[in-house]
Amino acid sequence: MQRNLFTYIWRHSRPEQLVILALVVLAQVFYFLSLTVPKAVINNGIQGNAFKDSKTIPFLVWELDLSAIMPGTVIRFFDGFQVDQLQYLVVMSFVFLGAVAVNGLFKKTINTQKGRMGERMLRRLRYELYDRILRFPAAHFRKVKQAELATMVKDEVEPLGGFIGDAFVAPMFLGGQALTAIIFIMLQNWLLGFVVVILLGVQMAIVPRLRRPVLILGRERQLTARLLAGRIAETADGVHEIHVHGAANYERADISERLGRIFKIRFDLYQKKFVAKFWNTFLSQATPFAIYLIGGYFAITGKMDVGAVVGVLLAYKDLPSPIKELLDWDQQRQDVQIKYEQVIDQFQPEGMMLPELQAIPDGPTPPLGKELALSGVTFSEDGRVRLLDAVSMVVPTSTRLAVIGGASSGKDVLGQVLARLVLPTSGSIRLDGKDFFQIPEYVLGARTSYVGQDTYLFPLSVRDNLLFGLKFRPVNPAIYDDATRTVREVFWKESRRAGNPPFDPNADWIDYELAGATGPADLLPRIVDALRLVEIDEDIYSLGLRGTIDAAQRPDLAERILKARHNLHGRLQNETYAGLVEPFNGDLYNKNLSVAENLLFGTPLGKQFDGDNIATEPYVLAVLGVTGLDLDLQRMGLSIAETMVELFSGLSPDNPLFEQYSFISADELPNVRLLLQRLGGKGIEAVPDADRPRLMTLPFRYIEARHRLGLIDTDMEERILAARHAFAKGLPADLRGSVEFYDFERFNSAATLQDNILFGRLVYGQARAEERIGTLIAEVLNELDLRDSVVEVGLEYNVGVAGRRLPATQRQKLGIARALVKRPQLLIVNEALAMFDGRTQDRIRDNILAAQHGGVVWIANRPAQAEPFEQVVVMQGGRITAQGTPSDLAAKGGLYTELMASV
Amino acid sequence: MNLNEEVELLKRVPIFSKMEQAKLKLLAFTSERVNFAAGQEVCHQGDPGDTMYVILGGVADVLIDKAGTDGQIAVAEMKKNSFFGEIAILCDVPRTATIKARESLSTLKITKDMFYRLVEEFPQLSIEIMRELAHRLEDTNRKLQAATKPN
Repeated sequence: MQRNLFTYIWRHSRPEQLVILALVVLAQVFYFLSLTVPKAVINNGIQGNAFKDSKTIPFLVWELDLSAIMPGTVIRFFDGFQVDQLQYLVVMSFVFLGAVAVNGLFKKTINTQKGRMGERMLRRLRYELYDRILRFPAAHFRKVKQAELATMVKDEVEPLGGFIGDAFVAPMFLGGQALTAIIFIMLQNWLLGFVVVILLGVQMAIVPRLRRPVLILGRERQLTARLLAGRIAETADGVHEIHVHGAANYERADISERLGRIFKIRFDLYQKKFVAKFWNTFLSQATPFAIYLIGGYFAITGKMDVGAVVGVLLAYKDLPSPIKELLDWDQQRQDVQIKYEQVIDQFQPEGMMLPELQAIPDGPTPPLGKELALSGVTFSEDGRVRLLDAVSMVVPTSTRLAVIGGASSGKDVLGQVLARLVLPTSGSIRLDGKDFFQIPEYVLGARTSYVGQDTYLFPLSVRDNLLFGLKFRPVNPAIYDDATRTVREVFWKESRRAGNPPFDPNADWIDYELAGATGPADLLPRIVDALRLVEIDEDIYSLGLRGTIDAAQRPDLAERILKARHNLHGRLQNETYAGLVEPFNGDLYNKNLSVAENLLFGTPLGKQFDGDNIATEPYVLAVLGVTGLDLDLQRMGLSIAETMVELFSGLSPDNPLFEQYSFISADELPNVRLLLQRLGGKGIEAVPDADRPRLMTLPFRYIEARHRLGLIDTDMEERILAARHAFAKGLPADLRGSVEFYDFERFNSAATLQDNILFGRLVYGQARAEERIGTLIAEVLNELDLRDSVVEVGLEYNVGVAGRRLPATQRQKLGIARALVKRPQLLIVNEALAMFDGRTQDRIRDNILAAQHGGVVWIANRPAQAEPFEQVVVMQGGRITAQGTPSDLAAKGGLYTELMASV
Repeated sequence: MNLNEEVELLKRVPIFSKMEQAKLKLLAFTSERVNFAAGQEVCHQGDPGDTMYVILGGVADVLIDKAGTDGQIAVAEMKKNSFFGEIAILCDVPRTATIKARESLSTLKITKDMFYRLVEEFPQLSIEIMRELAHRLEDTNRKLQAATKPN
């Protein structure tokens, strides 16, 4: 990237700049016209100077004066109209108005063009910076903070966008304006013009000098702000350490110190800025002072007419603003040049990857090759300690190789070198004779897989994360209708103008062939295979059971889930499952549902009927009022309140039992107790209206089977059932969308798949009911061949930022599955199983070895893992100490035997 | 069975007999009732465990694995009002025996957290449990004596 911002701008926006410049030059003509016209209006139109000799003068004479070349020759094309003074005034006034309008239109066009060009350049610059981030050497990310990178790309280049539009145009435009005004003044009176020029010169010399410290402070401000952003990100990243070590106040001290420094810089900036401003204003007002004085003198002494003085003043009126803007532009120029350099410096680290290595492939990826030859590969972080020391070895890409060694043996660095995550300090790696570091990234991406000790997951669905390693190029373009297509074409055209690649993220980027599938249809089994190898298929299946689907979008699946419901309920008839599930039945009270759920008898959608809201919803209250149930429920609430006060009064408010079991929170309990004391055993009728809603919420949460207070007898059941029916029957149209009723023959899009299949509640207090029913559901799904579909729903689960919605072991398993989905020619596993327990490690290793057709380089976190490998490399202190088949190595003894014995 | 009936049942359990009515009610309300079908295992010897159970109804067998074989040997039976599982809570060791419901079994499940909280709030409870444990030890000693007596 060019160090000089102007070179950079000129190089990428030359044609646009030229067009705008041309417009600016043209605009000056009209600007000059708008200056001369007022003089003609005052002198001839109002004072009638031109009409002293005749009543009319010719107007719009069109002639070519060639007297300079051929004396006396004037070619006249048109003699003009004869106008009198009044007509002249009117016409000239309109000419003035026209000139102003044209002037304005020019300004508008120029500004639009400038804005577009500036935004385009900003887009280009940001893209180039991001492009560079993608080509940074991996080691560079240990030095830069990601928040600082983000600040630079996002905020620090922002002012550049505004400036780029003005980089060439502003000095031309403003300079042109100023020059025009000065020439005009000069033409009126050279002495006056001369004074104006001198005063302007003084202004031009002094103001930038005053502004220089402001710029220096501005740079400091930017640096400190960037560091602040980095520190805040550090706080977020290390928040656990801060809490664990009680270092919050130390952090506060640091931030306060930084903010203090920023404050000082900013305040200094203000002071300096206003000093500069004062002088600027003062100097610019010195010029009209000179015009009044000198111009007035000339007018009085008759050396200048009044019209000319007014014209000069008018011209001058327009002069300070271009001059001021010109000065501002100059300041901005220095400012953005500094900013640009500061940003650019951060974006050209040593050892950046060449752009060609990240070129987009134009077809399927070629195979990797046969053999990697490492010779004298050395790696050192700081130039002293060699983590890899002259490692030479041959790794066939079809090898089954395990690397074992102690903690600082360098085995993990070897794995990173083979995945090209780390560039050796010296030595070479050749792939079938070609330089390994010149192989395009997509070849490695498609043909090799690498899993390290920690896996990063993007905040996407499980599925998108698993398929992340299959996206090298748009395989199938997205299908658009004609209208969208046109919009997209325009979008891409604009992308190209800003030097952005017109890639379409909506296209299908998935390389199905690589995954062993022919298209989207048969990809799922491949994904499930990979999940099974790392033993995470059960977890994804559980996520799927807890997931929801929209029946409108997946009618087929909804239909099959309904079938599973029927099947399950058939099996539940078997007496071994008797009493484990209480199915939803519209005509029966369900003891394992809360009163609210029994009344609603459906899944709430939106807020109206959700949680405690149901107790205050006007329609619900109306239904309860009609059926007379409201009083009964309040009575129930009173009874619950009495029990809660009796049970929980003796406990301290922070006792966790409150949160787990009480209907009334610890804070609210004293109020409720007061209420009960005031009632003094009187019935519900004595409860003040204001306290009733609170009592209403209590019975709604009550589940007879769980809370066992014996509040709902058969009579009460009947009445709640009647209310349930009344509720459903009279539900107003605007509330229809707020509840999805339980219906045995209908799929419920608001409920999870599991709830849809179960269509009932597990009965409280039945040993292992959940486990047994879970197994039964799995059996049903297997029988109906629905298991993979449930897994597919689970694949839609969003893993959250950095995958944090999943436990660490599941994240790591997904990372391994992602490496396996693409069926790599060479798989590098770099201590990736270290976080699992020993038995799981061995099982997953065996699964991978059995399924992987290509080569495997296994950097073992425990030496014993090397046992099933054909070849074993033993490392120590960054060197290879032994290599061979396990039996050879065992025969030789030495470090190998030692390591294998250590386990 | 509703809460009040449960409280009546709990009152008859020796270790709870001295607790106040209100506290028993709280215990009943906050503890889970778990029913086991005949033949179902409540816990298995060797498994980790952190809950104790009080039998509210039914009979369960106490089985111990025979060393070296797959077989089990019934060493005792548990009836209404007896409790088990306290060893896993107190000593953090795996289950020392398998408990199997002989007939339909109804239990009150007390988690480790709840157990310690109960002991903290009602010291009387720990004395009752000590008493019961001492009885069991005495019983075991007697059996051991009988088993080692010549002839």
